[in-house]
Parts: sequence; structure tokens; C-alpha cells
Amino acid sequence: MIDTGFVLSWIDYTIMIVYFVFVLGIGWALKRYMKDASAFLEAGRSMPAWVAGLAFISTNLGALEVMGMTGSGAKYGMLTTHFYWVGAIPAMVFLALFMMPFYYGSKARSVPEYLKLRYDEKTRGLNAILFALMTILASGISMYALAILMEKVLGWNFHLSLVLSAAIVLAYTYLGGLSSAIYNEVLQFFIIVIGLLPIVILSMRDLGGWQGLQDQLAPIISEKGYAADTWTTTWKYTGTAKANPMGVEWYGIFAGLGFVLSFGYWCTNFLIVQRAMSAESSTAARNTPLIGALPKMFIPFLIIVPGIAALVLMNTPGKGFSLPLNEAGQPIWDYTIIMLLKQYLPAGVLGLGITALLASFMSGMAGNVSAFNTVWTYDIYQSYIRPATGNKEADEKHYLKIGRLATIFGVVVSIAAAYLASLFGNIMDFLQTIFSMINAPLFAVIFLGMFWKRTTGHAAFTGLLAGFVIALIHHGITFPEGADTLVKGGWICKCHAYPVEMAQNFWTAIFAFATSAIVTVGLSLATKQKKSDEELKGLVYSLTPRMVETNVPWYKRSSTLAILVLAIGTILTILFW
Amino acid sequence: MGIDIKFPIGLMFTILGLLLAGFGLVTNGDAALYSRSLNININLWSGCGMLLFGLIMLFFSRRSGKSKTQ
Repeated sequence: MIDTGFVLSWIDYTIMIVYFVFVLGIGWALKRYMKDASAFLEAGRSMPAWVAGLAFISTNLGALEVMGMTGSGAKYGMLTTHFYWVGAIPAMVFLALFMMPFYYGSKARSVPEYLKLRYDEKTRGLNAILFALMTILASGISMYALAILMEKVLGWNFHLSLVLSAAIVLAYTYLGGLSSAIYNEVLQFFIIVIGLLPIVILSMRDLGGWQGLQDQLAPIISEKGYAADTWTTTWKYTGTAKANPMGVEWYGIFAGLGFVLSFGYWCTNFLIVQRAMSAESSTAARNTPLIGALPKMFIPFLIIVPGIAALVLMNTPGKGFSLPLNEAGQPIWDYTIIMLLKQYLPAGVLGLGITALLASFMSGMAGNVSAFNTVWTYDIYQSYIRPATGNKEADEKHYLKIGRLATIFGVVVSIAAAYLASLFGNIMDFLQTIFSMINAPLFAVIFLGMFWKRTTGHAAFTGLLAGFVIALIHHGITFPEGADTLVKGGWICKCHAYPVEMAQNFWTAIFAFATSAIVTVGLSLATKQKKSDEELKGLVYSLTPRMVETNVPWYKRSSTLAILVLAIGTILTILFW
Repeated sequence: MGIDIKFPIGLMFTILGLLLAGFGLVTNGDAALYSRSLNININLWSGCGMLLFGLIMLFFSRRSGKSKTQ
């Protein structure tokens, strides 16, 4: 156990218990509505836009994200906001305006099913199996991280925390399915924001606000060999890779993060898209990512800014703030948020802060499990094991049972994956790498499918594989400087070195996307389109009638919201240029 | 899907707000406890903020409940 000096008192535990009572209570209250598979796996397509929108953003606000991004705040400063602004907002707006009409309007129940409708069975199968596998591994890793955190920080038993958190997630997703996951994500969103707000306020007050932070930061950053305001600006020092700590130039950020990685993640990851698909109407489905984008833009102030404050605190001896060190004597950046909680929060709000972290872990896990059981039931079980019989009522009942069993199965396999992660420390890096290799080609294929009716099934399938293979090869011949394991790359040859891992990830994704796009276009021209225009109606842009929003008041229209989101994003970017 | 999520959110934050604000009141002036939070009674402030948020959510939940039954 790393001695972080945490002591929780009765008030902290009481807050935690109240929260968990509500989490389970929501699952319990939803139980009686779970009458068929559609209610359980698709939330009956009944979510209001604001609920789906907050769940949309909450799924992404898992604890690994919160902990990682606060650490990145200390490591890279405001440059980390690229993951929130250029690296999320354009993709979310694009998803809302241009892709949701097809995802939602096609009546597909999942992203793999969209691939089946648009292309063919093999493309769906490839995507469904990879997605199910990855999702369940990701869920296990998030559980592992939670248990290790509880062990190191609070001294709780590793196995007990693992099983207890799995049991809570299982209970509420088993009872209430996707609705329960979504409603709880909304609750989690609020508890995360309210639980972390005190450290933002207190750290800013301690350091004299944004101006005070900048003043105290300047000498620390100059000593690192960067311009004094590098940590408080976003684009200013991206002219050359050497001038900023991320080691990426502006075009790398723009193309890698702003285009390939973010569009790959936000527009094709079923975990995310599923939230929007659960919306009550096509307008609500379009508005979901836009409503999610509004809080998304301000999350950096909640988690990145305290990370920057932590860097100042670390370098100010009188503050008594330090991060725990790993075996190599390097600070464990992921613990930044934990140490900030300890620094500023007395008993009471401390319990709230810890509850916020627990909440974010569970939201990540529940999100994975609820996406897994949908893909398993509809895209694998219904497609390959037991197709629908035609008796709709009996089928719905049967698939509801399978969805429930898949939930239990998913949680059990997650626990196994968590133990796997505890054996191989690198598995997390490994998974993230694989994820970035799968998402970029998938985006190329879905994008071409939606906007070019000529794209064929054979081309899409080959494009997916080709993109993945190129990503693997690129990862095999390049490595980040100072890499000590082959998981980080260079396992074929050490032919090209990137200054940091992030630069390598960006370029892996760019190459994968480009290859996939070129192969898909080339083969589409060479192969015959088997689907008629009539079959592609509702799936392809040029063959689908435009959605008109005449009966929707102007302030609820997607175009209005999109303009608002883009305007706020632009203003924030200029303010922190 | 059946339930109005504003109600449990409102109820939970009302309860947590009362709990925290109450704890803040009881421990008000406890210098040892609040030295971390720069001598600010952060429990009282957070508690009041949460109570207010909870009550607003409950208010909207009641209002949308009424408009549906009409």
C-alpha cells in the first residue's frame, strides 16, 4: 500500500452509502418495465434528449479518464484540452448532424447492425466480435484499476473491492438494463461534477486564481526548458514538436486527434453511440451529442486545471504536496487527483470526492457491460446462434433472457479480465493501442458507407482489415523514445522514433485511416455494388430524404444547438490560444 | 421508460445536502478539520449548494409530473 495518509470517517462512509442506495434503487424501480428485449437492451428508445446527452458524456467520463486527464494536466498543462475541444467537439457535432439520422433512422439496434444493413454479414461479424471482446476487456481493466486504487489509497482489500463493485454494477444493469445504466450515468455525471468542484475552488483560491497560477507556474515551466506560458496555452507552442511537452505539431494534433482519433471514437464507438440511439425521437437522437458537448467543453476546468495547480503545489515546498513515486522514482501522475482530494478536502466533502471517483469507475463499467450485452444478443447470438423465429412476442422474451444472461456473463468475464490485468501490468497500454487500431479504419468504412453509395461490402471488409494491418505494421516499426517494452512498439524493427507515445498513437491512427479509406475506395470501384438504391435508402446520405425540423421550436433544433456548441468552442479556443 | 430521473436526483442531493450542511454546522469553527480547506467551512458551503440543486430538481420533477397528468 502506498501510504497516502487517507483516513475516512463515518460521515464519508454515510455519503457513500446514500449514493449506492440510490444507484441500486434506480435499478430496482426500473425492474418492472423490463418486459422485452427492446426495453432491456435499447431502453425502449424512450430517453429525453437531456438524459441521453448527459449519459453520452458520462460514459466517457470514466475514472481512468478523470485520473489520467488530471495527470495530463500536470504533465502537459492546457495542451490537454485538445482532447476536449478540437479532439471532441467537431466530431460530436458531425455525429449529431450528419450521422445520427442514419444510425437512428435506419432502425439499426447497434453499430454492427448498421454495418450489416449497409454492407453485409461478414463486415458486421468482424466488427461485432472485435467490439464484444474489446469492451469486456476494457470493463475488466477499469475494474482492476478501481480495486487497485481502493487498495492503495484506502487500504481496502483488493478482492473484496473487485467483487463488491462488480456486484453493484451487475445488480443495477441486470435489473434495469440500458435504462438503468443511462439513468445512473446521469446521476454519476452530477455527483462527479459536484464532488470535484470543491478542489477546483479551493486550489484556485489557494494559488490566487488563474492569474496567480500563471505567475507561479512561469518559473517552474522555464526551468523545464519551455516558454513560461506553455502550460497555460493550447495552440501557441504547437509550431514545432519540440516547443511543447506533448511533442506534436499543430497538424499532427489537427489530423491525428482532431480528425482521425476523435471521429473514430465519437462517431463509431457503439458504447457512445448507443446513448444517442436510445433517444425518444430522431430530433432527440440528433440533439444528444450536442447536449453532451455543452458540459464536455467545460470539463477541462474541472479536471485539467486542478492538475496544473498540482504541478505548482509540487514545486512549492511550503504546501506539503507530493505525488507518490513508482519503482523508478518517477511521480505516478495518475494519482494527481487523489492527492488533491487529500490536500484540500476535510471529512465530509472528502467522502463526496471519493464517491465521485467510485461513481466514475462504475459508470465506465456499466457502460461497457450494457453495450456488450446488446452486441452479444443482437449481433452474435441472434445472427449466428439462434435467429428470430418470427413469433415476435416469444422472441422478445427469449432475447430478454439472453440479454440478462449476457449481463451476468459480461460481469464475470470482466472479473477474469481484471485478474488478467493484475498479472500483466502492460495490458492497459496494449488495449488502448489495439483500440486506436480498430477505431480509425472503422470510421473510414462507416464514413464512406454513409456518404458514398458506391461503397461495397467486400471493399468495406477488406478496408477494415487493411487499416488494422497497416496500424499493426506502423506500430511494429516505430517506437516512442525511451520505450522499455515491445508493447509500446518497435517489435519488428526500431526504424523510426517518435518523441512521445502520443505522437506515435496519432500517426498510427492517421496511417490506419488513410490506408483503410484508399483500399475501400479502390475496391469499391473494382467490385460490383450488390445493394440496390432502394435497399440503401435511409442508410446513405444521397438516397435519404432530408430531415426537416419544422414542427420543432427553433431553440430545440439541432442546427441551433450545433451553432451554439461551435461558437462556445471557438471562444474557448481563442481565450486559451 | 417509466421513471422521471429528476426525482431520484433531486431527492439524493437534498438528502446529501442536508447531511453535509448539518455536519458543517456541527463542526463549524473546528480549526483542525478545516485547516486543509484554507479555513473555509467547505462542508457547509457544498452542503447548501447541493441542497439548493436537489430542491431545484425536485421542483422541476413535480412540475413535469403535474403537466403530464393534466
